[in-house]
Amino acid sequence: MIEFISQPWPWYVAGPLIGIVVPALLLLGGKQFGISENLRHMCAMLPTKVEFFQYDWKSGLWNLTLLFGIVIGGWIGTNWLGNSDPIAISEATRIDLLALGITDFSGLVPSELFSWENLSSGPGLIFIVLGGFLVGFGTRYAGGCTSGHAISGLANLQLPSLLAVIGFFAGGLIATFFLLPLIL
Amino acid sequence: MNSKKPQGLFHLLPYLLIGVYFGIVFTKSEVISWFRIQEMFRFQSFHMYGIIGSAVVVALLSVQWIKRTNKRDLDGEVITIPPKEMGSGTRYWMGGTIFGLGWALTGACPGPMFALVGNGITVMTVAILSAVAGTFTYGVLRSKLPH
Repeated sequence: MIEFISQPWPWYVAGPLIGIVVPALLLLGGKQFGISENLRHMCAMLPTKVEFFQYDWKSGLWNLTLLFGIVIGGWIGTNWLGNSDPIAISEATRIDLLALGITDFSGLVPSELFSWENLSSGPGLIFIVLGGFLVGFGTRYAGGCTSGHAISGLANLQLPSLLAVIGFFAGGLIATFFLLPLIL
Repeated sequence: MNSKKPQGLFHLLPYLLIGVYFGIVFTKSEVISWFRIQEMFRFQSFHMYGIIGSAVVVALLSVQWIKRTNKRDLDGEVITIPPKEMGSGTRYWMGGTIFGLGWALTGACPGPMFALVGNGITVMTVAILSAVAGTFTYGVLRSKLPH
């Protein structure tokens, strides 16, 4: 059993396990699945006069708790249930990334871009600091992230969510095919 | 007065457990890997599409069931899901595109950023702080942006 769990999980196991949380949260307390709301709650904790953050962040305590759980789950997933094999990405992706100068495929993320040592390098700043900023700005502008729009929103047949998801992919493709070759 | 607080915290326990569950699923399915996100945007594997697609199907079927049967939550309240306002639609495609740029660069959407910290990629705390700064900037500029 533990050996099975230690393998990477296939999509047809992981996808349904993620999707089932949407009705679970609704049935539990009428809550809607949306991770990026937490970034707004964190802003609302700050002493600020910005109108968008003038509400009681404690209304989102359930969601912040869930977010904290994700950190713990990440730790458990890797320390208790993990294996040390590299991510089994397709050969085509490996070749594309090698051509861009990525050589370390041993971890979850390439250490050339995501490490404290490389944080102050040009690419490190762009991938981590600018990338993070765009995620936080874009998700609130769009009113949701992958969880709120791509999963909850599409599940509720919301046209705005479809528009947002098309935007997610447009942005992702622009970054992958135009920005990455420029930066790396 | 005093008896209310522990109950409040106890109410949070299911959400903590759901979060832990998520962190494990995110990690074991490798959706938190920058490499997997690159593979997705290069259309070189079905993995991410299968995960997002099957998650949507499961969520869609169960949400429709909840709506059609007027299910109540554990507190006895009828479950309502407010529709998203379309407006001009600008915020969705424009905000979505900005989010997508960041998603491909960091290789992580907000949930996975936190799971990565748990995985020991502690430098992602910087991406998280940047994301909070991005959300804050949106809050400041909100009235000036087309929605």
